[in-house]
Amino acid sequence: MVNQHQILTAEEVVCGYDGRDVLHGVTIVVGRGEFVGLIGPNGSGKSTLLRALTGILPLSAGVVVLAGRSLGSYSRRQIAQRVAVVPQVSGSIFSFTVEDYVLMGRTPHLGRLQAQGPDDLHVAWQAMELADLTDLASRPVTELSGGELQRASLARAFAQQADILLLDEPTAFLDINHQHEIFELLTRFNQNEQKTIVCVSHDLNLAAQYCQRLIVLCEGRVHTQGPPQTVVTAEMIAEVYHAEVQVDTGPGGAPRVSLIPDVSATEDEQI
Amino acid sequence: MNRRQALVTAGLVLLLIATVAISLATGPSALPPHKAMRILVSRLPGLSSLAPQATATEQAIVLDIRLPRLILALLVGAALAVAGAVMQSFFQNPMAAPSILGVSAGATLGATGAIMLGWQVTLLGLSSVPLAAFAGALVVSAAVYLLSRRGGRTPITLLLLTGIALGSLASAVSSFILIRGQQGDLDLVIIWMMGSLANRGWPEVQMILPYAIGASVVVYFYARELDVLLMGDEQAYYLGVPVERVKLILLTLASLLAAAAVAVTGAIGFIGLIVPHLMRLLVGPQHRILLPLCFLGGGVILGLADIAANMAGEIPIGIVTSIIGAPFFLYLLHRAREYEF
Repeated sequence: MVNQHQILTAEEVVCGYDGRDVLHGVTIVVGRGEFVGLIGPNGSGKSTLLRALTGILPLSAGVVVLAGRSLGSYSRRQIAQRVAVVPQVSGSIFSFTVEDYVLMGRTPHLGRLQAQGPDDLHVAWQAMELADLTDLASRPVTELSGGELQRASLARAFAQQADILLLDEPTAFLDINHQHEIFELLTRFNQNEQKTIVCVSHDLNLAAQYCQRLIVLCEGRVHTQGPPQTVVTAEMIAEVYHAEVQVDTGPGGAPRVSLIPDVSATEDEQI
Repeated sequence: MNRRQALVTAGLVLLLIATVAISLATGPSALPPHKAMRILVSRLPGLSSLAPQATATEQAIVLDIRLPRLILALLVGAALAVAGAVMQSFFQNPMAAPSILGVSAGATLGATGAIMLGWQVTLLGLSSVPLAAFAGALVVSAAVYLLSRRGGRTPITLLLLTGIALGSLASAVSSFILIRGQQGDLDLVIIWMMGSLANRGWPEVQMILPYAIGASVVVYFYARELDVLLMGDEQAYYLGVPVERVKLILLTLASLLAAAAVAVTGAIGFIGLIVPHLMRLLVGPQHRILLPLCFLGGGVILGLADIAANMAGEIPIGIVTSIIGAPFFLYLLHRAREYEF
């Protein structure tokens, strides 16, 4: 599958924490402009794979290739110009305004002592507009709600003007309305700006509804991958999550997962 | 710079001028502030016509005794406040202070050694006490850094705890040297530990000047990195900051600033903790503005504290900063609700 459309790949990546490998040879290919979801049970290595793709986690084996070159051949600054990352928790206890917070996304584009210019301000305001934050521009980030803070983090990543956006559970701790709001926002960013998105998600239904392609990780290996319709099946979930579910089709056409209540106990009593 | 920041800057500049006038006028032989000011200003090129009717003694008191002490107070305050601002951002904790890396404990160990063991070295007009204090501060903070490295990283909790451990160790060694010493030397060490600007002059100014100015300027080059570090190491990394290299540079600068300050005056508490805190409340967390105002504000506040110490009968300035600083700090803790504990 070697072609010029692939922008980010992991090849036979082995890595983990404190000498204990979490990923045991993972190969994935992300195409330019794709919206890819990484799913899998707790401990399957989703977040670890995402961190490997950012370059923050040293690899024991394998290589991550960004736009045709190994990630290790770029400087931190060069990577940040190409890849924006929204980690799970990224609040602040220091009261920067939303505008200043979003402007920090310009960091990889500014030289030492170079002040933020009108262009940077313009980019930051565009990012805030996309994330519907312009009304909150002068509000301290310490006073934002969970959903607003997540949108501010996304706006900061947008302001980075990177081709690739990596996200770790962007909807963790958000209620259902804000979960959709975030994924709608990501979809707009993906489609209007032709940006590539790789997103770790716990929520199978959200991932199936919004991602074009899903990669299922299980015990540090790629289990299945493909469009949501072929990946999200009752068989896959039974095998990977050890959960019994029913999968039908949601109103938007994406697969919809519902848990089947565990009735075995009562059945046993009846027999 | 917005309106608020401009107002705070203007206020601090006015306060600085007042501090200079009062400080030069204050002491055993009192002078009216305007006269002291005119003695100083008339020495500037082109302003000699402003020279007041003053005796040679008055001139000497203002220019040779009070002026170096004032400049020293301003530079020490500035160095401590900038070092504190760097530490607070570095540790992503508004409660951090320059002493966190064992700088004060190391300086105390050096000074104690120099006084009790009678080391006799002089360099550029400086006695062995500031030299040994400076060396002690740098050795301990370097050891804290080196012992906190794990697999190419220096996690901040590890730095914090290593700083506490090595700080205690250095203090214990200081105490051990102290109990074996003679009464007269003991008094000297205790006075040193309280921090004082008394009897300091141009050699001390010369010692701290390159660090207070040079290191502060270099810190300013890292204003954006400091902003981004407030988001946490991981986020800073994702925004393109080579975190470990920047951390090493910033720690070195903060240690140099704090070590140079402590070396010439002894341990002066609370300036490095409170000034950045106060400035952040006034102008917000952006370092591009915060750092210069810490430099200015730290100088002014220590200058004022030295006037108070002087008026109270030449008590050690460290007592003044702690007596005023501690309650003020408690007040800040209670009103700043946004800090979560």
